[in-house]
Amino acid sequence: MIEARCVWARRGGAEILKGLSLKVRKGETLAIIGPTGSGKTTFIRILDLLDPPDDGRVFFDGVDVTEDEKARFEARRRMSMVFQKPSMFNVSVEKNVSYGLRIRGGFGPDIRDRVKAALRDVGLSGYEKRRAFSLSGGEAQRVALARALVTEPELLLLDEATANLDPRTAETIEDFIRKAGDAGLTVVMSTHDLDQARRLAGRIGVLIGGELVQLGTPEEIFERPGSEEVARFVLARSGW
Amino acid sequence: MVLEILIGVQRNIRVKPLDEIAAGLVRAVELILALDPIVVEITARSLAIAVTSTVIATIITVPLGGLIHFHNFKGKRAVVNLIQTLYSLPTVTVGLVVFLLLSRSGPLGSLGLLFTPGGMVIGQTILISPIMMGLTIAALSGIGAQVRDSAVSLGATKVQAIFTIMREAKAAMLAAVLLGFGRALSEVGVAMMIGGNIRGYTRVLTTAIALETSRGDIEFSMALGIILVSISLIVNLLVNRVQGNWWA
Repeated sequence: MIEARCVWARRGGAEILKGLSLKVRKGETLAIIGPTGSGKTTFIRILDLLDPPDDGRVFFDGVDVTEDEKARFEARRRMSMVFQKPSMFNVSVEKNVSYGLRIRGGFGPDIRDRVKAALRDVGLSGYEKRRAFSLSGGEAQRVALARALVTEPELLLLDEATANLDPRTAETIEDFIRKAGDAGLTVVMSTHDLDQARRLAGRIGVLIGGELVQLGTPEEIFERPGSEEVARFVLARSGW
Repeated sequence: MVLEILIGVQRNIRVKPLDEIAAGLVRAVELILALDPIVVEITARSLAIAVTSTVIATIITVPLGGLIHFHNFKGKRAVVNLIQTLYSLPTVTVGLVVFLLLSRSGPLGSLGLLFTPGGMVIGQTILISPIMMGLTIAALSGIGAQVRDSAVSLGATKVQAIFTIMREAKAAMLAAVLLGFGRALSEVGVAMMIGGNIRGYTRVLTTAIALETSRGDIEFSMALGIILVSISLIVNLLVNRVQGNWWA
């Protein structure tokens, strides 16, 4: 589905990603875990084609989307991202959710029906006319999820999407991600919640110091860590 | 010309006791309520010139402000600093420059715009453009990068993302426009130097107040002053309204 080949990212002289390579398969849910500052957000942003890598290539469905603006735009229209801090537009919930449809030229009753269905899916039926700025953090994140999925993307990217949320809202979002994955959507999520990665992901990549130090199934990562640093990280975080 | 008026004010005005000022205030209100034709005409001209200047300045400054904000180029900081410096551009300086441009021997003298409402519009547009452009840039800068990221990640083109950011900044941008209008309406230097305060042609609220005060017609000046302050108050309330704090 999407592939990063030897991707480097540098910010202010520091190397954030160091030649990272990763191939995401169509239909899988892949979690990126790693300590704070390991480069998870930078990597997710590169996969979402928001930022270009300083070196290396990114391929979407076999097409090189590293530099070509047209190819990047076309690929971006086939994916969606939910950020750690939901950024709502200062309009109604309905207009927030329908944004992706409207910029693709959609209008009328079709949009209203799809928005209604998307809000129902995230448990926010009846919120259409609410001002997005009046929502709580959890509600805003669920609206962000509805907004990302209403365009029916092929790839969903989640950057710490359940961080800072109450357990109930986090569970609702997790359920939704699970269902989306079961329905065949490709999901790449970064998380610091190792249990969540275990629950949701088919494969987990461990990112430490800008390097992908291990990639494998949850079982492999947690029960057969490939190195001491992976073992230290997963054991410290999962409290084993 | 401004100096002459000030000297005239000193010469003609004697200090009025409070009851005379109160009587002047009553007469001023009467002039307004009776829709005195001269008061109405001067007010209408003031509004027409200030509105035209603001519309032209908006057409110029909003896209230009957006261009500066959305593009990174060498010297951008210096350009923004220069624009901010020009916020406090003295009205008489703008008046002088535009006077030289529009005077018969000036580069735009052939247009015949000196001492015309058109010339006043040019002067006021130049006067209010820096503050409107600077506040437009500030308004756009106030919208976080997350808005742009959200729009782009949802599939927006560059232009769609720019429009989304501008829509998010619309309250602050509208405030910039209203502030520009307020400055255009209340300035006196450009109106006096470029318009020449010609009765029935270029006389506006501010120049009429200066003239009538120098003549000693305090009631008429106060009537115009009340109108000017009332319009400023309405503009100020509108600025607060669009920023979401009606009585703040």
